[in-house]
Amino acid sequence: MTITQNDTAGVTFGRRQCVIRIGNVSARASWRAIIVVAALLVGAFAIAVVAVGLGKYTVAPADVLGVLTGSNTSFDRVVVLEWRMPRMLMALLIGSTLGISGAIFQALTRNALGSPDIIGVTSGAYTGALIVIAGIGGGYYAVAAGALIGGLVTAVLVYALSYRNGLAGFRLIVVGIAVSAVVNSVNQWIIIKIDFHTAVTASVWQQGTLSGQSWSQALPMTVCLVVMAAFLVAMGPQLPVLQMGDDAAGALGVRPDRARLAYLVVGVGLVALACAAAGPISFVALAAPQIARRLTASPGVGLVPSAVMGAVLLLVSDVIAQQVFSGSELPVGAVTVSLGGAYLIYLLISQARQR
Amino acid sequence: MEPPAQRTQRNRVVGLLIAVALLALTCVASLAIGTENVSVSMVWQAVTDYHDVGDQWIVHDLRIPRTVLALLVGLALGLSGTLIQAVGRNPLADSEILGINSGAALFVVSAIAFLGMTGIWTYIWFAFAGALFAMLLVYLVGMTGRATVTPVRVLLAGVAIGAVMDGVGYAVRLRNPQAFNNMRFWDAGALDARPLEVAAAIAPFIAVGAVLCLVVGRSLNVTALGDDLAKSMGGNVARTQILSLIAVTLLAGAATAGAGPIGFVGLMVPHAVRRFTGPDWRWILAYATAVAPALLLAADIVGRVIIRPAELPAGIVTAFLGAPVLIWLIRKRGADRS
Amino acid sequence: MTSAESGHPVTGQRDSRLSADHLVIGYEDTAVIADLSVDVLDGRITAIVGPNACGKSTLLRGFARLLKPSGGQVILDGHDIGSLHTKEVARRLGLLPQTSIAPEGITVADLVSRGRFPHQKVLRQWSRSDDEAVAEAMRCTGVCELSGRLVDELSGGQRQRVWVAMVLAQQTPLVLLDEPTTYLDIAHQVELLDLFAMLNREQDRTVVAVLHDLNHACRYADQIIAMKSGSIVAQGDPKSVITEELVEAVYGLKCQIIDDPQTGTPLVVPRASPHVRART
Repeated sequence: MTITQNDTAGVTFGRRQCVIRIGNVSARASWRAIIVVAALLVGAFAIAVVAVGLGKYTVAPADVLGVLTGSNTSFDRVVVLEWRMPRMLMALLIGSTLGISGAIFQALTRNALGSPDIIGVTSGAYTGALIVIAGIGGGYYAVAAGALIGGLVTAVLVYALSYRNGLAGFRLIVVGIAVSAVVNSVNQWIIIKIDFHTAVTASVWQQGTLSGQSWSQALPMTVCLVVMAAFLVAMGPQLPVLQMGDDAAGALGVRPDRARLAYLVVGVGLVALACAAAGPISFVALAAPQIARRLTASPGVGLVPSAVMGAVLLLVSDVIAQQVFSGSELPVGAVTVSLGGAYLIYLLISQARQR
Repeated sequence: MEPPAQRTQRNRVVGLLIAVALLALTCVASLAIGTENVSVSMVWQAVTDYHDVGDQWIVHDLRIPRTVLALLVGLALGLSGTLIQAVGRNPLADSEILGINSGAALFVVSAIAFLGMTGIWTYIWFAFAGALFAMLLVYLVGMTGRATVTPVRVLLAGVAIGAVMDGVGYAVRLRNPQAFNNMRFWDAGALDARPLEVAAAIAPFIAVGAVLCLVVGRSLNVTALGDDLAKSMGGNVARTQILSLIAVTLLAGAATAGAGPIGFVGLMVPHAVRRFTGPDWRWILAYATAVAPALLLAADIVGRVIIRPAELPAGIVTAFLGAPVLIWLIRKRGADRS
Repeated sequence: MTSAESGHPVTGQRDSRLSADHLVIGYEDTAVIADLSVDVLDGRITAIVGPNACGKSTLLRGFARLLKPSGGQVILDGHDIGSLHTKEVARRLGLLPQTSIAPEGITVADLVSRGRFPHQKVLRQWSRSDDEAVAEAMRCTGVCELSGRLVDELSGGQRQRVWVAMVLAQQTPLVLLDEPTTYLDIAHQVELLDLFAMLNREQDRTVVAVLHDLNHACRYADQIIAMKSGSIVAQGDPKSVITEELVEAVYGLKCQIIDDPQTGTPLVVPRASPHVRART
């Protein structure tokens, strides 16, 4: 087995690469990416440990660690493991789901703004989820399936409406914004029709929330996520190849149409998973891949860094949502919209400076 | 046979009269149609010679205020949208999509939640401040820097800024939910349950805005040609822009203060009427004064009827109507033309 | 002029790994190429020439399996190319497309190493042979010293060489080029074509290129396929195909053909119009 630290034999990559070879198995990644991902994971863990101790009943971080290792068996255990940990874990799961789907969509549309929440896919997935919740009823799998269908229909609609002798990037975005507006109206209509007790509850539903997350949702969601992740791994590095254009991709042995379709379905599927669990949470899918890309200094968006970044972003947003107003709690979607919108503004400004 | 120019002029006048007639019809419909339909004769009674008899109260207490508000808000949105499109040289814009309404809304809810201002006469000033603030941000983000200024870029800036304002506004609202109990319209823009004094409060500002439109109307055609060309033709571009800025602030701020954020009216109307007016911005403005209120009224009527006995806020209906228009617009523009 | 049917090369001994058999390719309802058959000479340089919109790019893309024929077939190594696995085709046939997108922020070495995709598996992302192939490809195209730089920062000529390196890293015995010299100045055009001549001679790779410059085609190609309106007007070695009559028939250009003083191949010299003559 060899792990080489330096530049590979004869090929200077410009950034140090880590190459692992064990027998016939080999892999390569840039050291910077590895370090960034590791740092984000550690950071996520640290934030979770500290945040799980916040609230009316505080638990010091050292005690939290004690609970996790099993040495602390006081009431802290109940608070950490039963009350708060499910929510933290869900935040991490949903965040990474959104991060991956954002990366897929941005790679497919070749546009940093082509994320599912801007082009209306998130709203459409929510429509599907609402229809199932309001009309048919069912558990997590049923809602997720509805969200998947809703998201796919919306994605196809946006694609079809923006396609005109080819796919100009900005046209896709504008059509996506328009479709998003319509679909959001439909969602609001459905929410009005559903008999909610107060307007506050109804509007909370519109933003996406992590309150009330329990282990019962975590399990099916994890199962679906693992399945999709396995599928993505099996597809191999086709996404970076697709980004070079259909001709180049075809020349290298990728079937562009099929690959795009497969990635699209997975991307929408991931959005559906997140939506079914927590409602429409926007802007994580937009921001996570781009922030990850800047941190890892890699060409194009990467799936793993986006996932980890998304997890961290949503976790931080949820902590803010819970803590910023003492006493009452914001839906996490409101925080992500504010933070994400601010990030989008920054992105637009920096794009404007460059060109 | 009269010369073509005169014929066009005559057609335009006729068209305008038809538009006004349509507006009048829509008003009547708005007074008559709703959760409970009121007959036209009773409507006439209620308007001209009101006695608290039968269903007249519906017309007098509910529908007249609502119709008047819709007229004012529609007018404001239509005029502001037209101005934005003319001065910004941007066919993909109106006050909602550029986040201006969201800015106004944010400042209003902040005033209500943090400063306890509950009267429209007080918080309307915050609406103006918020509208101005949002416009400034959109300008900074979408129109400065080295990259070329394209309608899409400005649109994206508006969407981003609107999203941030909406998010923060939402958080602010949650801070003090009681204060907003009877203000559900902030989510989707609605015209119901607003007393006539609201309309009275916003009317003067809308009037001023409309007068400003009249003043800049002539110079809009020249401004639309681009800064350099406009100056070479003797147009005072800066004056037009400043007056328009003030007008949009007043119009969009007042509309949002009165009815919450309502979108797409300002976007649709200039394009809808252009078929009849041609590219003359004075005529587009003129038509907009009749067509925009009619459009909003129609949307409001649809909202009352479509899910009877519940009501769909007007803002939702306009989104439904307006989004396809936006899509049609962007498809029409062709590949890379900005 | 040789007809399309008698596609036998003058030298006659080499087989043909790549050929088209009654090929029909079109978009939507119109057929751009109808009933075209041709054999690509193995181990040679073939140039496809013709006026705009004659179907030469379409033919090349059909060869590269980017377009699905509505009739007939493209044959690679005795099999219908459509029946082969895409990665298998990519291991035998490389294509330099007309337009490719370099992802933002990608380095030269990263881009060239993407050419190894057909040889990689899920668990075999960067084997020693990948390493060596990429290093070799960059050596051949002379982009080694650019290796760590961003592709966005390179000049047009340098960028094109990097894309060529990517195709070379694929290590395919057949290489297809779609107007490779379009965005290059004259020095870089010659440099690039010389590179392909070298690859053909030293590594015995079959090269098929769509070229818009007829003189380049004459200089570098062993076999010329001249197309017009979707069919082959003539094919064969440059001297027998490029005649004054053919150039007029295909391009509508009156010309005079002389021998290139450097290589002896045909050199097309357009006839000067009276306005131009009057200047001298």
